[in-house]
Amino acid sequence: MSRARVATTWLDACSGCHMSFLDIDERILEIAPLIELVYSPLVDSKEFPEDVDVTLVEGAVSSEADVEEILDIRKKTKVLISFGDCAVSANVPAMRNRYDSKEVLDRSYMENATNNNHRPDKNIPKLMKVARPVHEFVKVDVFLQGCPPPADAIYSALTQLLAGEHPELNGKTRFGA
Amino acid sequence: MRPPAFLQTALERDVHPVKVVTFKIDDRDVTAREDETILTVARQNGIFIPTLCHLEGLSERGACRLCLVEIKNSPRLAPACVTIPRQDMEVITNSERVQNYRKRILELILTERNHVCSVCVSNGRCDLQQLTVDLGITHVHYDYLYPKHEIDATHERFSIDHNRCVLCLRCVRVCDEIEGAHTWDIMSRGILSRVITDLNQPWGSSETCTGCGKCVHVCPTAALTEKGKSVAEMTKKRQFLPYLEMMRKEELR
Repeated sequence: MSRARVATTWLDACSGCHMSFLDIDERILEIAPLIELVYSPLVDSKEFPEDVDVTLVEGAVSSEADVEEILDIRKKTKVLISFGDCAVSANVPAMRNRYDSKEVLDRSYMENATNNNHRPDKNIPKLMKVARPVHEFVKVDVFLQGCPPPADAIYSALTQLLAGEHPELNGKTRFGA
Repeated sequence: MRPPAFLQTALERDVHPVKVVTFKIDDRDVTAREDETILTVARQNGIFIPTLCHLEGLSERGACRLCLVEIKNSPRLAPACVTIPRQDMEVITNSERVQNYRKRILELILTERNHVCSVCVSNGRCDLQQLTVDLGITHVHYDYLYPKHEIDATHERFSIDHNRCVLCLRCVRVCDEIEGAHTWDIMSRGILSRVITDLNQPWGSSETCTGCGKCVHVCPTAALTEKGKSVAEMTKKRQFLPYLEMMRKEELR
């Protein structure tokens, strides 16, 4: 049997969902032989490859670079999973949505900075006015709620997918988790 | 609509038997007293109808619309909490149509304010969050509005965060009907509506607030909270409500 090509990424997020993924502990040994991790912040890959079977997308869509990335991922992925509350509802990244992005940057990089205070303006993607959930940009196949989603829910979603089923996650997770 | 407590007692005392209607909920034969709502009868018979603004011990408001049910031969849906059953009525509580409406209503409630469960003091103890599980909400189909709302933390012990308010008006009702202070009220219309203390003054400067905290504990979300609570620490204690209701009924006998 050929291995499922799996990718993960994070957009505007804290990486907590990826940590929760690692929290499936020894069960990762069960999954490892069934998948090939073709792209992820956890491995050294630079470009998102073609023909990916499953992609776990953590994080809200917050910048123009995020939009480009998610559109590219959607084109190259069969099953796209909104991975965690930031992807599903924009969650914490959306708490800035009530403020102007300049205000937000000033608050972080000027007012609250203790050293080298300046607003970042070079070589980083421009923040959009608001952070939004992934499904407002591309079609999402599976929604995995939680901040972070519990390890059991992640394991369950993956094993169901690898068995060729559409994941049934009712009661395994919720907003906030 | 539930009659006030004194009238209920009068009904109980009435030498004439109360009229009883028989009707159907989900194909089950049920009976109701003439003053009971579809919701009350459903609950008596263990039939699940989701609610958010309803709270046993307070008057009904029909604000959240989550208890919508289908009534056979009626083109429109009816809120079970304020609909009195008629003889031979056929009520359907769980059709796909009703379930879809309820999901959409809940999703709209989620888009109207800024609900961020993960950093909320009521995470894991919230009626709204629990409803998303009960109704199987995996995500919201509408665009979030991200409105700008204020927090009023001027009260010594409590605070209100309008970002988390669902306008169920439990606070308004408990303050008026149980505490008798009527500190809470509502201003503006439609999406601009919000609850206020006194004449839209800071809560801390309210002259009518007795500081009893009933509003905090009936609030289904963390819109109203006790100060000093961290994430997932705010437990609402609602036992006082059935207790007070029972004691006051006793007094009227």
